[in-house]
Amino acid sequence: MELLGNFFVITLVKTGLVAFILLTTLAYLQWIERKVIAHVQARVGPYRVGPHGLLQPLADVVKLMTKEDLIPDHVNPFFYVLAPFMAVALALTNIAVIPFGPAIEIFGHKTNLGLADINIGVLLILAVSSLGVYGIALGGWASNNKYALMGGLRSSAQMISYELPMTLAIAAPLLLSNSLNLREIVDTQSGYVLGFIPNWNVFTGGQIFGFLLFMIAAFAETNRIPFDLPEAENELVAGFHTEYSSMKFAGFFMAEYANMITVCSVATLLFLGGWHSPVPSEAGSGIVAALIFFGAAAILFFHAMHAARPFDKITFPVFGLIFGALGAVFLAGAFVWPALGAALNGLFWYAAKTLALLFVFIWIRATLPRFRYDQLMRFAWLFMFPAALLNMLITALFVALKG
Amino acid sequence: MSQTALQENEATELRSRRMVLNMGPQHPSTHGVLRVLLELEGETIQNAIPDIGFLHTGIEKQCEALTWQQVVTLTDRVDYLSNLNNNLAYCLAVEKLLQLEIPARAQFMRVMLCELSRISSHLVWLGTHALDIGAMSMFMYCFREREEVLKIMEFFSGQRLMTSYIRIGGLSVDAPRGWEKIVKKFLDTFPSRVEQYEDLLNNNPIWTGRTKGVGPLDVNRMINIGINGPLIRACGLPHDLRKMEPYSSYEKFDFKVCTHTDGDVWGRYQVRMGEFRESLKIIKQAMDGMPGGAVTATAPKVVLPDREKMKTQMEALIYHFKIVTEGFAVPEGEAYVGIESPRGELGYYVASDGSAKPLRVHMRTPSFGNIQGLPDLIEGRMIADSIAIMGSLDFVLGDCDR
Repeated sequence: MELLGNFFVITLVKTGLVAFILLTTLAYLQWIERKVIAHVQARVGPYRVGPHGLLQPLADVVKLMTKEDLIPDHVNPFFYVLAPFMAVALALTNIAVIPFGPAIEIFGHKTNLGLADINIGVLLILAVSSLGVYGIALGGWASNNKYALMGGLRSSAQMISYELPMTLAIAAPLLLSNSLNLREIVDTQSGYVLGFIPNWNVFTGGQIFGFLLFMIAAFAETNRIPFDLPEAENELVAGFHTEYSSMKFAGFFMAEYANMITVCSVATLLFLGGWHSPVPSEAGSGIVAALIFFGAAAILFFHAMHAARPFDKITFPVFGLIFGALGAVFLAGAFVWPALGAALNGLFWYAAKTLALLFVFIWIRATLPRFRYDQLMRFAWLFMFPAALLNMLITALFVALKG
Repeated sequence: MSQTALQENEATELRSRRMVLNMGPQHPSTHGVLRVLLELEGETIQNAIPDIGFLHTGIEKQCEALTWQQVVTLTDRVDYLSNLNNNLAYCLAVEKLLQLEIPARAQFMRVMLCELSRISSHLVWLGTHALDIGAMSMFMYCFREREEVLKIMEFFSGQRLMTSYIRIGGLSVDAPRGWEKIVKKFLDTFPSRVEQYEDLLNNNPIWTGRTKGVGPLDVNRMINIGINGPLIRACGLPHDLRKMEPYSSYEKFDFKVCTHTDGDVWGRYQVRMGEFRESLKIIKQAMDGMPGGAVTATAPKVVLPDREKMKTQMEALIYHFKIVTEGFAVPEGEAYVGIESPRGELGYYVASDGSAKPLRVHMRTPSFGNIQGLPDLIEGRMIADSIAIMGSLDFVLGDCDR
């Protein structure tokens, strides 16, 4: 009974925490995207709400929530309302099976960083993300709008086409690890070859092409530029969400960003060694994170001394102190409390890799033009599919010869 | 039912399932308020009918209510992306009727500013065209550079867009002190920026995939419809009024007419990128060879007298009073002058009955001609291509509907 009670308490606490962190990340990913794209484009991005626009996500949420929840006359109301909720629910479901870090011990209870540790995690993610197309296709169809319909059609064709190379690209690391459990896949990537090359699938598993194929397919799966045809605003006004406003629009929006986080997490776990540090522990992997935070703090303090705007004199030191405190916590983890250090380091490297991949998503968005519909399809079936198949076959051959 | 009848029946049933999409006038990529009715089969455009007139402002008719000099301000608003070219075309037509001799300095200034205006217009084209194809950063980069051109415009005339700097008889005022420095600064930075644009786009397989082989049109068809400017130069025909019928001393400048052989969206892109460089060459030559002297013709009945003279000389005061209160009379007759605007041949036809107001002002605007080619260009292509093609046509609806 006590065991069961603990299980419930720990799971509830973990779910609450993960939901909170995920939703905050979703909101702030939008801020990061706007900032990064703004700086690529020689602008400053959100600046007015809070220091450096940091409260902009909050303002956006308030705006979206207080907007009139409009259901146009000409739509099919049931599916029209269902579609965004389906999209966001499915997108958020995926996060349940993603592990964030190594197993840790809290108050004598051993628990995994991550919600559910199931043995078919990869399969579940693939299944749920394939269902995600329903949200978009239904939204496009139920809107009863020609642009939305075309967006929905494009998205169905695109997501189904890119599902295949994506699955084939995922199959290669699965073969290497001989498991469908994400935690086990990450565990097989621990250690270092020759003492300094991390034993990640992307390096020692020879999955560099698999990784690139997966990332390209991931762009298409999440409808991001250069594959953002379903919502190509220059062609289809707003694509499948032309008729949506208020929180229903926010639903599609959140689904897109949640999907981005999911695919980046999956790429991190399958190809980039999950929460394993790229630096061996003998070389001091424990203090790398602390050094990074201290470095960030130092940069902020330096800029605070040469602040261009009056309020930077206050905001920069505040952020500097926060980063410094984080660095101190990591330092404490490295030297004083090893259990905390292991958990924090795992989380840090997992977050760092995922954020780096998310940055690539944003960077590409600011750089590349958009494909045409037929080019997109040709690319999927004539390049992606054979390449992913070849990659899987070679990996299978390699595994068979080795085993 | 026989086999053929069955097939026919099936075919008609399929045809009846075509979707008619009303693109515009409120659409992000129709560059203003163009409405295009698209008959779609899937994503393929079977039939396209452009519908213009949403930005009709009646400028041609309004011209008849203003004095000759006041009309200059209206010409700014026709093609608002290259207003100086509009000023110039109108002024040249009226000056032809008045038989005015424009001083060399004014002519060189006009050339220089028209080329700056061409650069700014092409920058808007490149930015919006790239944005339509999805490269959204290009838009910001192009507008950053356009801002520099607009600052130069403001420096010269006090206005960023509606400059009305070119007036009948010359310029509104002489260039302010220090203009060489600000223009020189632009000339120094801009070439490297053009190279940056080309770095971003030229070798990008998505960009070339979206532009190469998209929307080519036969030269003869173009001539028949009345398309000219960069569009026809992209087909290899070196049709450029600056070379063929030089106006405002263009014959004194050394530049080449950019052409391309493909005639598709890629060709138009290449031609306009080349024109950036040629315009820079012209501006540099104009700066280096800028003559001194007055910027207005010696025609006291047309050109406002100097402020100083107006306050000291009775005769000048009378001329000033006459010009300001009732304008100046233009001899009876009609004139047409065509110039090479960034979009093609921009012609102004003016007719006078000898009074202080025009009898008729008509504009032969390049956007109007170029939109004629739209159905030919986009039929049989996909929606995404139609957006790329519309961007490459570079029309301004204010110019088309006036």
